[in-house]
Amino acid sequence: MQPILQVKDLQVSFQVRGGEVKAVRGVNFEVGKGEAVAIVGESGSGKSVTAQTIMRLIPSPPSIIKSGEIIFQGNDLTRKTDKEMEAIRGKDIGMIFQDPMTSLNPTIKVGKQITEGLIKHQNLSAKEAKEQGIEMLKLVGIPNAESRFNQYPHEFSGGMRQRVMIAIALACRPSLLIADEPTTALDVTIQAQILNVMKDMQKKFGTSIILITHDLGVVADMCDRVVVMYAGKVVETGTKWEIFQNPQHPYTRGLLRSMPRLDQKKNEKLIPIIGTPPDLIKPPAGCGFCARCDEAMRICEQVDPEVTQLSDTHMSRCWLLHPMAQEVKSS
Amino acid sequence: MVRFILSKFFYMIVSLFILISVTFVLMKAIPGNPFMSEKAVPPSIQQHLMAKYGLDKPLYEQYLKYLGNLARGDFGISMKMKDQGVSDLIWGSFGPSLRLGIIAIVVSIVVGIGLGMLAALYHRKLIDNVAMILAVIGMSVPSFVLASLLQFYLAQKAGIFKVMGLNGPLDYVLPVMALSAQPIAFIARLARSSMLEVLHSEYIKTAKAKGLAWPIIMWRHVIRNGIMPVVTYVGPMTANIITGSVVIEQIFGIGGLGKIFVSSISNRDYTLIMGVTIFYGIILMVARLLTDIAYAFIDPRIKLSKGKEG
Repeated sequence: MQPILQVKDLQVSFQVRGGEVKAVRGVNFEVGKGEAVAIVGESGSGKSVTAQTIMRLIPSPPSIIKSGEIIFQGNDLTRKTDKEMEAIRGKDIGMIFQDPMTSLNPTIKVGKQITEGLIKHQNLSAKEAKEQGIEMLKLVGIPNAESRFNQYPHEFSGGMRQRVMIAIALACRPSLLIADEPTTALDVTIQAQILNVMKDMQKKFGTSIILITHDLGVVADMCDRVVVMYAGKVVETGTKWEIFQNPQHPYTRGLLRSMPRLDQKKNEKLIPIIGTPPDLIKPPAGCGFCARCDEAMRICEQVDPEVTQLSDTHMSRCWLLHPMAQEVKSS
Repeated sequence: MVRFILSKFFYMIVSLFILISVTFVLMKAIPGNPFMSEKAVPPSIQQHLMAKYGLDKPLYEQYLKYLGNLARGDFGISMKMKDQGVSDLIWGSFGPSLRLGIIAIVVSIVVGIGLGMLAALYHRKLIDNVAMILAVIGMSVPSFVLASLLQFYLAQKAGIFKVMGLNGPLDYVLPVMALSAQPIAFIARLARSSMLEVLHSEYIKTAKAKGLAWPIIMWRHVIRNGIMPVVTYVGPMTANIITGSVVIEQIFGIGGLGKIFVSSISNRDYTLIMGVTIFYGIILMVARLLTDIAYAFIDPRIKLSKGKEG
C-alpha cells in the first residue's frame, strides 16, 4: 500500500519550568491511502501530541520537534514554514477534536464556520461556498441543512456539533483526517452515529484516517491498523486482528484485559493496569512500561527494548519477544 | 426585542421613582436652605422666600407637589440662580460634559482594548508586564490625584497644556487622561484575561486547523469573543466616568454639568439638585440598556426576549 503519511523517529518535547517533558520519544508509523489507523494509549502517552504535531498545531515554544520527519505526500512537514502549513491545514489534512461543545466558535454561524476554509483553499465565491457548505451538512447527516446553515452552535446538540466539525474538517476533501478522540465526549448511541458518519465519509472520499482514542471498541469498529503508544513510544503496531487476537506487548494485553467483553463470565473481574505512567521529564532508561509490567526482567529496567518484527504488519517493542527470552520461557 | 425594551423601560421608571424619593428625603435632611448666606438675611425676608417656593409646607406636601410638576415635565426653576429654569441650566451646561464624557469613553475603550490585546498576544513578555503594571497604577490612583499630578507636571512645569479651562481641543487632553485612566486600566485587564482565555480555547485550534491565516483568526474569532466581557463593563464605566467628571470638571474649572451639580449641593439649590440627579440617573439607565442590547448583538447565545427557539 502506498503510504500518504510516514512518521519517522518523531521526537517532541515541551520546555517547562522543571525541565524538558519528552512527550514523544521516537515514534514511527505510517498511514496508507484510504486506510484508517488507530492510535491508542492512555492519557499522557503522547498520542494527541503526535497528532497535533503532524498538523503543527502546538505552538513552539513551548513545544520543540527534537528530531524526526513527518513525510506527507512526499513533503516533510517538520520543515514547512507556518505560511506553508496554512495551505496544507484544512485543505490536505483535516482535524476533528474531542469536545464538540467547545471546538466551534459560539459567536459565528455554523455555515460560515464551514465555508471559511472553502473560501480560503478553493477560491470559491461566497455563494458557491454556501452551496458546498450545505452539501457538506447534508452529507454528514444534518437534517434541514439549509436552515441549519444559518444557525449558531448553541442551537445544535453535541452529536450534531460533532457532525458539523466533521463537515468542517472534510469540506475541502482532505486526503487525511485526524480525529483526536472524536467520540470521547459523546454518549454511546451518538458515538456510534458519529463513527458511522466518519466511515461513510471515508468510503465516499477515500480519506485516510488517523483515529486517536483510548476506546478499543471504537478501534475494532473503525480501523484497519492499530498503533499502541505508551510513554511517548510506539510499543506495538499491527493490524486490528493481530492486536486484538494476538497481542504481544504486556501493555497491549493489559489494555485488552481491562476492557469489559460481552462473552465475559459474570463473576470474572476486570484486571486494571496498576500504577501510573513514568514521569517524562526523567524518562526511564529501559522500557517505559517496566515499572508496571508483571513480566518485567532485569534487562527491561536497563535497556530500552528493540523492535521485534513479528510479521509484515505486526511489530512490538518488548524484551520478552527477544529470542533469548523465548528460550528462557520454553525451558 | 421590543418587549424586552418595554419591560426595561418599566423598570427604569420604577428605579427613577425610587431615586427621586430617596434623593428628595436626603436632600432635605441637609441642614440649611437656599436662602442662607454669609450676610444675615432678615428672618421676615427668609420667611417670605420660603413661602414663595413652597418650602414652608410640610415635607410630604412638597414632595407630592414636586412629583406632580415632574409628571408634567416641569423641573421648576433654580432657587439660587434667579429666573433660570432647571432644564435650561442642565441643557446649557451639558455640552462640555457630554463632549468630555464621550471622548473619555471612546479613549477608554480603544486604548483599554488595545493594551489588553497587546498584553494577551505578548503574554508574559515585556509588553505584557509593562501594560499590567500600568494597569495596576491606573486602577489604584484616584482620578483627582492623577488630575492634580497632570496639572502640575504637564501644565505647570512642562507648559504643554493649560491648567484650567476648556477652550481649544488641546484643553481636552488632561481632563480626558484623568477621566479615562481608571477605565483604561480596568478594560485592559478585562480584555487581556478574556483574550487569553479565547486564545487557548478549542475553537481557535479549530480555526487554525482550517488553515486560516493568523490575522483572520485574530479578527474573526478572537476579538469578537474576547470583547464580550468588556461590553458588560461599558455600562458601569459610563457611571464611573460621569461621577468622575463631577470631580474632574471642578479641578479643571470646566463649566459643565458636574460643576453645576457640585455647586447646587453647596447652595442647597433643591430644584437643581433634583434635576441634575434625575438627569444623571436617566443617562446611566440608558447606558445600561444600550449595553444589554449591544451584548445581545455580539453574543448570539443571549436572547433579549423569549423569541422563538430555532
